[in-house]
Amino acid sequence: MANTITIDPVTRIEGHSKITIYMDDQGAVTDARFHVTQFRGFEKFCEGRPFYEMPALTARTCGICPVSHLVASAKACDELMAVRIPETAVKLRKIINLSQLIQSHALSFFHLSSPDLLLGMDADPNSRNILGLLKSHPEAARDGIALRKFGQSVIERLAGKRIHPAWVVPGGVSRPLTAELRDEILEEIPPMLEIAQRSLETFQGLYEGFEREIETFANFPSLFMGLVTDNDNLEHYDGKLRVVDANRNIVHAGIHPASYQEFIAEAVEPDSYLKSPYYRKIGYPDGLYRVGPLARLNVCERCGTPLADEALRTFRRLSPGAVLSSFHYHYARLIEIIYGLEKTRDLLREPDILDAHVRAHAEPNRFEGVGMSEAPRGMLLHHYRIDEQGLISWSNLIIATGHNNLAMNRGITQAAKAFVKGDKLEEGALNRVEAVIRCYDPCLSCSTHAIGQMPLLIELRNGNNVLDRKHRG
Amino acid sequence: MNVRIVTLSIDGRDVGAREGQTILEVAGENGIEIPTMCNLTGLKPIGACRLCVVEVAGSRKLLSACTTGVTEGMQVTTDSERLRNYRRTILEFLFTEGNHTCAVCVSNGKCELQELARKLGMNHVDVPYRYPRRDVDATHPRFVLDHNRCILCTRCVRVCDEIEGAHTWDVMGRGIDSKVITDLHQPWGSSTSCTSCGKCVHVCPTGALFEKGHSVAEMAKRRQFLPYLSTMRGAKE
Ligand code: SF4
Ligand code: SF4
Repeated sequence: MANTITIDPVTRIEGHSKITIYMDDQGAVTDARFHVTQFRGFEKFCEGRPFYEMPALTARTCGICPVSHLVASAKACDELMAVRIPETAVKLRKIINLSQLIQSHALSFFHLSSPDLLLGMDADPNSRNILGLLKSHPEAARDGIALRKFGQSVIERLAGKRIHPAWVVPGGVSRPLTAELRDEILEEIPPMLEIAQRSLETFQGLYEGFEREIETFANFPSLFMGLVTDNDNLEHYDGKLRVVDANRNIVHAGIHPASYQEFIAEAVEPDSYLKSPYYRKIGYPDGLYRVGPLARLNVCERCGTPLADEALRTFRRLSPGAVLSSFHYHYARLIEIIYGLEKTRDLLREPDILDAHVRAHAEPNRFEGVGMSEAPRGMLLHHYRIDEQGLISWSNLIIATGHNNLAMNRGITQAAKAFVKGDKLEEGALNRVEAVIRCYDPCLSCSTHAIGQMPLLIELRNGNNVLDRKHRG
Repeated sequence: MNVRIVTLSIDGRDVGAREGQTILEVAGENGIEIPTMCNLTGLKPIGACRLCVVEVAGSRKLLSACTTGVTEGMQVTTDSERLRNYRRTILEFLFTEGNHTCAVCVSNGKCELQELARKLGMNHVDVPYRYPRRDVDATHPRFVLDHNRCILCTRCVRVCDEIEGAHTWDVMGRGIDSKVITDLHQPWGSSTSCTSCGKCVHVCPTGALFEKGHSVAEMAKRRQFLPYLSTMRGAKE
């Protein structure tokens, strides 16, 4: 009889996740699945609300990247109002979006994943966390904390000290930037850049110890999807969508966000509330694509800032085509942190950044609007329809964790095949399966960032018989 | 004109007042704060929300300070364990009866209901939430009515009737189904009596009435007009 290992959740507030590993009678892994039962009533909940409440409402879908939702939602609202928002507002929104990127990547890399990287996948789980790291690698831990704090404090200083900042509004932003704040942030950037570069070097030095992980952590050909600028640079706020294949050949370029439905279809699987989007022209499930830092670096031609471009050139040497192993999401995150810092600096130096005109006002002028941006974890899409009164009649949100759903499944299957053996749950093996999920940094892991472990209940099953069981987190 | 002076005690303090004044007015003049919600200086008091209830010696009932006139020798208590409990429960009813998600509300940080909850230390709610399904009327070109946040204080009804003279607003239904309506329950945007003056919007204590185009926490209410207009109205009558 076939065996099943299930990694199940302990109580969570928002998401709810579970990993099941299926085994055959010989104890070899045949398949693995990442199920998510997420609160999906959200789109229903928004119905009937005035459209300009959407940025704040949807920001509450996520406590860890509210800014990303604010940005995508405000962009969808701009579309409903049919306004071109002031240039300065665009730049300010870009800055807050990059700050979110920096803080989120710092959290993912330093707090969640670097314990695995610096202490080893098989290290004692009790010390394999940020606290353990503070003892053994205090500099790395402090670097991570400083970077995260920088991103967070820029958000706070721009938008106000709230968990769900309401500075990004339909039509632009609600307050202009002051000269003092600009100078303050500009002064803080150089030491942060040093940290980011130092971390990149450390990470590059760690490679040799992780050859098997690189080989097996969701390392397979797939499509990649992400935004690029008009001249094909890395982009997080605006731009057109581009799809490349495993050889970095362009499958489709210049996709306008509003026509996403022609390119992305969504399958809903019975065992998960998370939608599984796929590239429509190739079909399900082969149209599997990945989004997020790794995808963004695979789709763009260059970053457009000097230090990040230098790092990108080294990164490209990993593979003649697209970089395929999801292990390199970590690498991509570090490059994006460097880019985020450089780009923030450049934007703050723009001559019109202090302009007082930062908001356009208008009634709704269209009944439908799509807003797309790059959240730290990948492309985020908000699509709204409104009635004549400007009340939401229908909405659709596609979140990054959803885009990567199929890729995560394939990734954990690959890792489970390589590391899970027999009918016992080995700590190191399970940690590796979880670490694959952590590469993608799905939102579900947010609430556990403090200890760097997903709270899970792990079950090894032989049909209906539980052979082994472990609590995590 | 002969004004008769009465003396009474509020919270043990002897105070003087003019006959015809309400307990709320006299307390206010003497720096004693009584929480209110439906009351607004310049509009006729109706004693609807019951937050201003006080104890009066000799009366077993609690009396609303905004509608009870002062009398000679009256002994009023505005603060006691019992009153605090009542007020707190009334406030919880106001919150649980509708849908108040302050974090996404246009009035967040500028709301009288929210401010009162803060003042009375309402840090949790014991009464179960009702989560009613209520409509939003955004048919008016400039204003929106969100029934989810309406606490039926009827300030809008009174200002429109007493000050603007349009009487666009009314209350319909009974008990828990009561709601404010415009022009005999027609969409606000099609109202022929509404002059679009915006007075109702600015007297509304919550985010139930607001101007279009505002995002979270952006709807500040301006009420400077009310004392002037009500004085002028009074002079004319
Ligand atoms: S009306 Fe006041 S109490 Fe109600 S949601 Fe808005 S801010 Fe909160
Ligand atoms: S709409 Fe505002 S002013 Fe009118 S009754 Fe409701 S809460 Fe009071």
